Amino acid sequence: MAVCIAVIAKENYPLYIQSITTENELKFHYTVHTSLDVVDEKISAMGKALVDQRELYLGLLYPTEDYKVYGYVTNSKVKFVMVADSSNTALRDNEIHSMFQKLHNSYIDVMCNPFYNPGDCIHSRAFDNMVTSMMMQVC
Amino acid sequence: MENKPIVTCAGDQNLFTSIYPMLSQQLPKEPMEWRRSYGRAPKMIHLESNFVQFKEELLPKEGNKALLTFPFLHIYWTECCDTEVYKATVKDDITKWQNVLKVHSSVDWLIVVVESDAKKKNKTNILPRTSIVDKIRNDFCNKQSDRCVVLSDPLKDSSRSQESWNAFLTKLRTLLLMSFTKNLGKFEDDMRTLREKRTEPGWSFCEYFMVQEELAFVFEMLQQFEDALVQYDELDALFSQYVVNFGAGDGANWLTFFCQPVRSWNGLILRKPIDMEKRELIQNQEATLLDLRSYLFSRQCTLLIFLQRPWEVSQRALELLHNCVQELKLLEVSVPPGALDCWVFLSCLEVLQRIEGCCDRAQVDANVSHTVGLWSYATEKLKSLGYLCGLVSEKGPNSEDLNRTVDLLAGLGAERPETANTAQSPYKKLKEALSSVEAFEKHYLDLSHATIEMYTNIGRIRSAKLVGKDLAEFYMRKKGPQKAEVYLQGALKTYLAEGWALLITHTRKQLAECQKHLGQIENYLQTSSLLASDDHLTEDERQHFCQEILNFANQQTEGKGQKVILSMHSFAQLKTLHFDPPNAVIHVGGTLSIELTLLSQMPIPVEVDQIAINVHFSIEKNNYRKTAEWLTKHKTSNGIISFLNEVAGFPLSRNNLPALELYEMYERSPSDNSLNTTGIICKNVHMLLRRQESSSSLEMPSGVTLEDGAHTLKCSNFILEPGVNTITFRTQAKEPGTYTLRQLCTSVGKVHFVLPHFYPVVQYDVYSQEPQLKVEPLTDSLLAGIPQKVKFTVTTGHYTMKSGDTLQLSNADAMPFLYHPESKALIYSNTREKVSESSLLIQSSEKITSITLPVAPAYHVIEFDLEVIYLPSTPTTSVESENLVNKELHRKSKEKQKSDNCMATVDQKVTIDCPWSIYSTIIALTFSVPFNAKHSLLSAGKRKYVQVCVQNLSELCFQLSDNNLKNFGNCIDLQLVPLKPESQQHIYSKQSVFFVWELKWTKELPPSLQCQFSVSFCPDTSEEQSFSLKPYTYEFQVENYFTLYNVKAQIFPPLGVEYCKTGSLCSLEVSITRLSDLLDVDKDEALTESDGYCTTKLMYEVVDNSSNWAVCGKSSGVISMPVAAQATHKVHMEVMPLFAGYLPFPDVKLFKYLPHHSAHSMQLDADSWIENDNLSVDKNMDDQADNSSIKSRGSLHSAASGEHKGLPMPRLQSFSPGQVFNSSTSMQILVIPSKDDHVLEVNIT
Repeated sequence: MAVCIAVIAKENYPLYIQSITTENELKFHYTVHTSLDVVDEKISAMGKALVDQRELYLGLLYPTEDYKVYGYVTNSKVKFVMVADSSNTALRDNEIHSMFQKLHNSYIDVMCNPFYNPGDCIHSRAFDNMVTSMMMQVC
Repeated sequence: MENKPIVTCAGDQNLFTSIYPMLSQQLPKEPMEWRRSYGRAPKMIHLESNFVQFKEELLPKEGNKALLTFPFLHIYWTECCDTEVYKATVKDDITKWQNVLKVHSSVDWLIVVVESDAKKKNKTNILPRTSIVDKIRNDFCNKQSDRCVVLSDPLKDSSRSQESWNAFLTKLRTLLLMSFTKNLGKFEDDMRTLREKRTEPGWSFCEYFMVQEELAFVFEMLQQFEDALVQYDELDALFSQYVVNFGAGDGANWLTFFCQPVRSWNGLILRKPIDMEKRELIQNQEATLLDLRSYLFSRQCTLLIFLQRPWEVSQRALELLHNCVQELKLLEVSVPPGALDCWVFLSCLEVLQRIEGCCDRAQVDANVSHTVGLWSYATEKLKSLGYLCGLVSEKGPNSEDLNRTVDLLAGLGAERPETANTAQSPYKKLKEALSSVEAFEKHYLDLSHATIEMYTNIGRIRSAKLVGKDLAEFYMRKKGPQKAEVYLQGALKTYLAEGWALLITHTRKQLAECQKHLGQIENYLQTSSLLASDDHLTEDERQHFCQEILNFANQQTEGKGQKVILSMHSFAQLKTLHFDPPNAVIHVGGTLSIELTLLSQMPIPVEVDQIAINVHFSIEKNNYRKTAEWLTKHKTSNGIISFLNEVAGFPLSRNNLPALELYEMYERSPSDNSLNTTGIICKNVHMLLRRQESSSSLEMPSGVTLEDGAHTLKCSNFILEPGVNTITFRTQAKEPGTYTLRQLCTSVGKVHFVLPHFYPVVQYDVYSQEPQLKVEPLTDSLLAGIPQKVKFTVTTGHYTMKSGDTLQLSNADAMPFLYHPESKALIYSNTREKVSESSLLIQSSEKITSITLPVAPAYHVIEFDLEVIYLPSTPTTSVESENLVNKELHRKSKEKQKSDNCMATVDQKVTIDCPWSIYSTIIALTFSVPFNAKHSLLSAGKRKYVQVCVQNLSELCFQLSDNNLKNFGNCIDLQLVPLKPESQQHIYSKQSVFFVWELKWTKELPPSLQCQFSVSFCPDTSEEQSFSLKPYTYEFQVENYFTLYNVKAQIFPPLGVEYCKTGSLCSLEVSITRLSDLLDVDKDEALTESDGYCTTKLMYEVVDNSSNWAVCGKSSGVISMPVAAQATHKVHMEVMPLFAGYLPFPDVKLFKYLPHHSAHSMQLDADSWIENDNLSVDKNMDDQADNSSIKSRGSLHSAASGEHKGLPMPRLQSFSPGQVFNSSTSMQILVIPSKDDHVLEVNIT
């Protein structure tokens, strides 16, 4: 499904970034990093909205020829970015939405770990498994 | 688009022509609500029509789906007002018209009857009741009377004609809309039916496309662009779905046609409303996928622009382009390489130009965020075209590249006529760009710069950097590294700031190559070192970069070997530093070792020529104490200092930011202390809000300079293994002061890796110490007279004890040092570790004791103990001087005793010559005299005794022996008989021992006796006495020791009573008897001599201090006493006992009564210190006398004398204690209580 999933800290450094294959890893890193431009734009656009009414899902950030990049931002401004293959036309927006919600839940679990220091890179097997499962899902 | 719904006109053409201008003007003036089927929202619509003359051919034949040419309404115009004419021609004409319509089952018709007053006037025979209108209604509109309208005087400007116009127009509009609804509804139904058949074989998308587009056209014609757009969007979605399904294996036959290889890639055409060329292709089912998509998009674009939504065009365009690329992939359409790039590039530019064409500059600038994606996409595509066609290489395209270029250009076809005159058309641009290397560069740079600028302007910095990186790659290919560097540095800065490790690594790799080409050796090596330590690279790559550094480092240089200074943090990290000694304080000449733990980040072992610590030296003498204090605060006790290193790859901003320091804040009103405001204050806001320094300094080795200090610690030639290395530096401290570690420099050949500063600050201190000699007693205080141990401590400091170095003690006579052959000297190191022990050699001559010190290195401590004894006097000193000394001593001790009961002290100084100094050291030792002696004279009538009290003030116990009292002077006659001739006695700590001697004499003695008491002593614990201890001596003088008077008091009960009773008077008889004849002491002013008899004046006083007695009458009096032995004077007086019991007798005191004129010559006693005292009366009193009583009485007397100052007053002089013997002292008399006294008072004292 997704080919790359990234969790990015409020300060825009990566907390977690995992891509399906290592060969395109660099490209995904560039893609995710560049997508932050759009995330920032979207966040500042909705900045005035009330917190509880705010939609965390940012939708399609920007498409490229090969990939579609979706964004999601938590209330604490931690960003989730998901890169999906453009050829995967079966992927619906609401599926992406629910994937993000799953990711968010898993991230919250990580945060709840008393041994996790907020702001550190995420090294969690549970989180890894979750991300892997989202990337492995059959199209 | 000038299509309008068609309305046919039949009947009177002339009439219509006259009305037409008015009609076409009035019809669209007012909107009409259009109610729609299928729940679509009603719309207000302005209707326009294309009025054409009715012809039968216009009516659509069965099965013709064309809607554009469909006549929606048929109007019959007539002006007929004459019944005859109607019947003759018009009726037939209408019937014919109606029949034609019926044949084509068209029900949308209207008959308009135009009435005009002018005509009516001419025809007078008109029947007003049966108008032509009624006839027509009756004939044709059997149930639809509204199908016939009257238009009155249309060309006149009257209210009636206006009214009739309005009614007509409303009718016309209503009918038109009805027709639309009906016909479009029917069309839509047909269309849907057709769509439902799409699963059937033989169904053609193109056919369906044409049908639905017809609908779109109609909506467009009706200005319903939104609805028109929906039609195209539906088509778009349908097609997309088919493609997706095809990808999923569900292929439709018709789709295979779209899968034909792409042969033309001439991009989108958006300048025409309808690209008829492409439409024809679709209609003829010859269109390719790109044709279809292009056409579809051009229509959508047109409609969107009509809808004033140009930004949606750009957004949709990008989607479309991406989508097309994907669809071609999905459908596995064969596309020549580069063809799609051309198509996308052309399309992007076409869209952009189309948008620019319909908006003004300001609008375009404000909406850059919508278009920048297209710019970027175009740039990307042009770049890939450039790479494909060999336009980016240094050498230019080869023949294969040229062939490919020709093929690509062929696929573009000829330029479209509509853009042929445009200078900057996409077609021309692409063609030019592909024509030559230079042109390509120009176009590519233009595009890139434009894109970067746009991205930058809208704040998409990251995207801008990414384009910049592409540009850098381009420059690198073009061998223009100096231009590439800027972009790479810019990108790297962004990635560093946000901590994207992989991107940093990749960009650094590019930068390294760039710097290598540029010949920026320093920068290249710095980047290489960063890369070599980067664990995101493969081992091989890391080794490569490491090798690059090593190769350079070991390169032989001609001329002066220039140094390359690099920052160390990428090469190796300083982890810990360990001092030995741990407190990092050493003496001059001492060895300090510093152990560094370096974490080498290089992938391979590196041979290091030298590693040096640059040390800053500051002379702060005696500062080491301060640092020692600092050390306890800051350094770990084991001397290990840990350094924090920022984790590589993480943004500095995160690590540098200090933690928030928040404090509560309360502000209270000053008047009533009520809370005004409260809040939270961030105390380190200046740290947090500080502008983040760019991290470029990390990449810029120019910031690192090698300090040239005189003080460096070095360690040479070792191999730095990957990972943890331990390097030990040893240094011998030279100059005293504080040494601060400044820089750490690792030299590998020509390359120097420098750690510019140590943080936290690391210092070590070197101190220098002068040799010192300290002599201190082992006990709290030294006691005079006994041997005691004294500790000698020699701190060698910077002086080295050579063999033969001696301490020369100039002997003080009273304080010899005693030598034990077995005494040892201990040598300690500076850290109080015992080093050795050696015996001490002491040679004593008469004047000098010399102690040979053992050989000891500098900064060691030699310790040994010696015994010392203080002997208060020596045989050589004369008695006189000794007396003086002793007197002094006594006086001192006396004075001291007055304040606190402690020992008298004597300071003894000894001069020591030390080998390290030409000056002598004077050591003062304080000895305390353990004893204090007091004497007193005791009398028993005329017999005299001397009592000496020796008090032990020390903590020790002593054994006293050989007590002896000697009389100086020439009184051979005097005999001193000890009352207790014991030879040995113990005296315990804080206790006293008394010795008493009786004075016996036969001849007359001098008025004063000089006596010396001496007693030998030794500590009770010491077993052997190898040396003779000096005895303790005490000298004193006894004066006026002859008893002159005997005072005896007697109390008698009243006559006839056996006992004294309380409250009753008793008689007190005091008898004063002279015991001796005239003596020298009596010769004073009070003595009067007449006829050979001498008399003196005495004053007696009866005092009862304990208030037992009440003296009645005179208690004192002056008597004249003959100076002759046994002369007695008796005094009687009355006393009354106040209490019952055995009462002590009241005291009787006797004074010498001196006449007043002798005031100035009273200084008999030479004792000057007493003279100064105002207790002149008591000047001969013994010290033992009760102090308080003296004082009280003294003050009394002095007060009396003070009151009568200037008046001649007789004075009293007391006798010495030995001169008056009170024989009734301590006598008591029984007093019984009086009978009426019922109160028994018991006093226990």
